[in-house]
Amino acid sequence: METTRRQFLTRSLAAGCSLAASPLVAPVAIASAPWENRLVVVILRGGMDGLGVVQPWGDPDFATLRAGSGMRERGQPGGPVELGDYYAMHSALAPLLPLWQAGELGFVNAVSTPYRNRRSHFDGQDLLEAGLADFGPGIRDGWLNRMLQAVPGIEAETAYTIGASGMLLTKGEAPVAEWSPQAVLAMSPQARRLMEEVMHDDPLFRDVLAEALTLSDSGGYAAMMQSGGMDGSPDDMLGGMAAVRQSAQLARDNAGAEHVARFAADRLRGDARIAAFSINGWDTHARQDAALRGPLEQLAQMILTLRDGLGPVWAKTGVIAMTEFGRTARINGTGGTDHGTGGTMVLAGGALRGGVVHGDWPGLTEAALYQGRDLMPTSDVRAQAAAVMQGLFGLPRDVLERTVFPGLDMGGAGRLVL
Amino acid sequence: MSYSPRRAEVRFGCGLSPAVVPAGDAAAFLARLKQPDEAARRFPVETFDEFRVRIAEQREMMAEAKATGTRNKAAKDARRARRDARLDEQRWMAQALLRRATTRDGFRERLTAFWADHFTVVGKGGLLRFGELPYVEQSIRPHVAGRFGDMLKAVATAPMMLRYLDQERSTGPNSAFAARHPGAGVNENLAREMLELHTLGVDGGYSQTDVSELALLLAGLSVDAEEGFTFRARVTEPGAQRVLGVSYGSDGPGSLEEVHAALDDLARHPATAAHLARKLAVHFVGDEPDAGLVAAMASAYRDSDGALMPVYAAMLAHPAAWSGAGNVKAPVDYMGSALRALSVGALPVRQADKLAVLLSQPLELMGQPWMYPEGPDGWPERDEDWITPQGLAGRLQWALNVPQVLVEVLPDPRGFLSVALPDPAPEALRFAAGAAETRAEGIALILASPAFQRM
Repeated sequence: METTRRQFLTRSLAAGCSLAASPLVAPVAIASAPWENRLVVVILRGGMDGLGVVQPWGDPDFATLRAGSGMRERGQPGGPVELGDYYAMHSALAPLLPLWQAGELGFVNAVSTPYRNRRSHFDGQDLLEAGLADFGPGIRDGWLNRMLQAVPGIEAETAYTIGASGMLLTKGEAPVAEWSPQAVLAMSPQARRLMEEVMHDDPLFRDVLAEALTLSDSGGYAAMMQSGGMDGSPDDMLGGMAAVRQSAQLARDNAGAEHVARFAADRLRGDARIAAFSINGWDTHARQDAALRGPLEQLAQMILTLRDGLGPVWAKTGVIAMTEFGRTARINGTGGTDHGTGGTMVLAGGALRGGVVHGDWPGLTEAALYQGRDLMPTSDVRAQAAAVMQGLFGLPRDVLERTVFPGLDMGGAGRLVL
Repeated sequence: MSYSPRRAEVRFGCGLSPAVVPAGDAAAFLARLKQPDEAARRFPVETFDEFRVRIAEQREMMAEAKATGTRNKAAKDARRARRDARLDEQRWMAQALLRRATTRDGFRERLTAFWADHFTVVGKGGLLRFGELPYVEQSIRPHVAGRFGDMLKAVATAPMMLRYLDQERSTGPNSAFAARHPGAGVNENLAREMLELHTLGVDGGYSQTDVSELALLLAGLSVDAEEGFTFRARVTEPGAQRVLGVSYGSDGPGSLEEVHAALDDLARHPATAAHLARKLAVHFVGDEPDAGLVAAMASAYRDSDGALMPVYAAMLAHPAAWSGAGNVKAPVDYMGSALRALSVGALPVRQADKLAVLLSQPLELMGQPWMYPEGPDGWPERDEDWITPQGLAGRLQWALNVPQVLVEVLPDPRGFLSVALPDPAPEALRFAAGAAETRAEGIALILASPAFQRM
């Protein structure tokens, strides 16, 4: 039977080893990161339609397969942005054209995890983040965490997971800090001390509180809260309402891909070397071209914010965005696409080899499609991610093929790092 | 371990209230489910059929505007309708929390939330964005003490679900309709989630062929111009479809009866019994429930042909349902139980900005934006999914600031301990409640304590 992520996580908790245990119980020491390059991993949840994002207009079957998606032709106003003769990218990515031209944006086509045929988002994401070939041995941790486990000298501030919910990608024994720039935690010193006492005997609450306090302190938000918040007149109704409004405003200000990216850039400019988060909304079952616009705008905004926020560090940064599966090659009965197989990986950053659509193109004839419906995968997305980590961090191939992605053959990977 | 009145209210109900006496035994606890729905009467929420009148009206206005060339006025009306619906959504959220805060039948509220999550929908576009709770009120709540198959059929014909999972325009490729509309085709989203999430479960032993065949069978379930359910025989796939080894339909166009027959069979499937039993146990008892408990519940489901009351009774009767530290409350459970312990009987339901700041924005920060989960698999169940640094920060910030706004005079923290907690407070908490500098901090410490945050 498959061991799902939930079973694994609860088992480890029952055994008394909380996943959140210990990384930040002590105040964060300045991490002496073992390398200079930065890696940002973005999980695109919902199954991104590679064919709608990097459109292969040079393929003779493309236009026919995509009739009814609402997509405009090349050269039309509001149409896709040319990337050479063969490909054009969705117009929502137009703000990234200068990066493409500078060689700081690229794509890998026809990639997939080894997940086949059942096409469930949740299983697909679990396998993508676990980095395993199948569910056989059971999911214990995420591949990004296993990569950190393989490297000596990792400290809590080396890696960050950012956003409202934790990710399997970074779960595991290596310390990874999790935080959302929306969170705010302000209380009087006495309340804080008592809060720690009250949570002390429940390991989950104790460890997460310690982490929250450390992160909140380092964010500088607590001071802002306390200036007009409940410390002034704690039992006064107006004081309470003011504090509530203030924290709500702060949370609103800090929501969205842009703030997540800014928070990540702030950390990566300092001691952090790895950041991971998700962008949702790729499950485009209807009105394909229009439905892709929102999430693509988020993706573009995220990449631009990282570039601007990282400044000179952008040159040492690789951003990879990957999804659980691609979508059907044909447009479905509702102008959208259903869950498929082969998809597209997005690359950005000064350290990666952009200005190129990497990957072997399998073609779109009926015979070339996987099961006559999906883009045929021609490489393992794990091999591409491994190639990026090998190039950025100099990790040995056998560590990548045995520990980070057990059983992987990196032979099919492209040359993705400069 | 066995039934304990106070633990029952915390683990299976909405928490403890100084104003409500817990049911003395499991039979009395369950019997409340068979009594009239008092909470819904006191704190009403529109049904979907009531809600969709707004959508029909808006369409009429738009059509009239087109005909008379008064588009500006129409746009204004549309904006007003949208604002009204958004305000009502906030108001219904407050009503739902007040049901939790005041009800004698907390189990009904928890079950409604559980099954609404099992059959997650998120409104797609326009006014539907605000239709989730009306959907729950109409298609879920009346069935929580009935038969699962009836709930499944209600959901499969609910416009919110048909739109959420892209069923409403799915067309049999060989249907009369498709013959004249090239490009029309089948969409298998609902069929897949129905097998994977709603009935058999991902390990339930179905294949891609079963998904495809079920999708063909479901073609016809659709939504009419007034956002009501309709069955379109013209778009059904001719011939029989074979799902999990059973054939449905004959040579002619499909019918709603065939769909119902298939849904009844899916509801009756032993894998469905196992999937639902485990999911209920995970939700109410713990992230890794006792195998014997799950087996007893699944067996009750099979023996009663999918009636839910015997499943709940089997859960409450099993010793394993009463052991363990208990799940961490999800944010809505957390907030509801805090309001209940604080005896909050009214909320500023007419002041949307206040509701946003006091309730909906904090829920979002705790990781559970109201009625807006990320996908059709609904909210997570694991303790670690909720107790993250930012999720915990959201809870603490709410506990520190909001109770004093909602309650005229906060109770003495030392007395509040025995109101809010099912068992005697741990020593450290008793000390902290007395040592806090202010009442607000004392109450916050109790609401923040693991003893209160767990069920």
